Amino acid sequence: MMKKLIAAVVIILTYSACKFNAGQTALPIYGNRTSVTKTVDGKTVTDTVYQTIPGFKTVNQYGDSITNKSLDGNIYVADFFFTTCPSICPVMHRNMLNVYEAFKAEKGIKIISYSIDPKHDSVAILKKYADKLGVTGNTWWLLQGKKEDIYKLSESYLVTKPQEDAKQLFIHDGYFILVDKQKRIRGTYDGTLPEQVTKLIADIKTLKAEPDQINGK
Amino acid sequence: MKLKVISGIGLLMAILLYSCQSDDQITLARYYSIGSIIYQNKCQNCHGKDGQGLSALIPALTDSVYLKGNKAILPCIIKYGLKGKLLIINKKPFEGDMPAMDMAPIEIAEVLTYITNSFGNKMGIVTAHMAGDDLKGCK
Repeated sequence: MMKKLIAAVVIILTYSACKFNAGQTALPIYGNRTSVTKTVDGKTVTDTVYQTIPGFKTVNQYGDSITNKSLDGNIYVADFFFTTCPSICPVMHRNMLNVYEAFKAEKGIKIISYSIDPKHDSVAILKKYADKLGVTGNTWWLLQGKKEDIYKLSESYLVTKPQEDAKQLFIHDGYFILVDKQKRIRGTYDGTLPEQVTKLIADIKTLKAEPDQINGK
Repeated sequence: MKLKVISGIGLLMAILLYSCQSDDQITLARYYSIGSIIYQNKCQNCHGKDGQGLSALIPALTDSVYLKGNKAILPCIIKYGLKGKLLIINKKPFEGDMPAMDMAPIEIAEVLTYITNSFGNKMGIVTAHMAGDDLKGCK
């Protein structure tokens, strides 16, 4: 009798444990955080302030001015690349095309690729690159900005700051960074690995369903 | 007993015959397997795991007609790269640059053996000797 009871409890517990796991509702929030204590209506309240992506000024492949504000109300994926990159960029953008295909019909989800070689990657070159990649519309923006600004900005995305080696080649890493509507970093993925990019696509769906994202402007 | 001996000898003969007759095939297999590793290290990032290329940016390596028709310049393309040359591959135009790969003739032969016998291509071996001869004619 006792044994049967234990078995039943174990089965129920196992079942509920599985159910818990299935309902994974929130992604972690990355970056530095600080707490701010303020007084609201005579009470002391402590709030957590998360690291966010700072403002930037760039131009996209259509010649439109794109700033941090252009991404308001969007969940987005960012990466750093350059059009003449012989090493990891083709793999990254082959994988990023999967993200593009998955979300190009949806509003509120964007992809931005910052060029780290703005001297070469003019608006015309970026447009040509997008055309050849098969990217149209306003889901995926390829951005040109001031080199120092972009390099500085890369630190806010928690990726390795790009460098130039003796041969004037650019060294950078191939991370895709997932940013939410509050401009907080919610995930980083190795853009050269197809399975990580599959996880990114799944995580975007999870993120979209978070209350903060549904209500966020 | 007799039967065992006879079948044993038969088996031995079969093995011998098999291993002798396919000397060329063994060479091909050796080139091919080394070539696949070179491909992974030096070509795959751009041309893809299945030689599929990348949209209209990077050509696929699946156009058997192109590969056959340009067999003699393939070693040159690998060694010296391409700059602003228009190629029609799978009926689509490509005009991007390809970086030069500093490889020895034997490595070029191995990777070409891999490429021209993968992704739906079946062109047989490219030997180091053939690649070396082709390299002399590079423009």
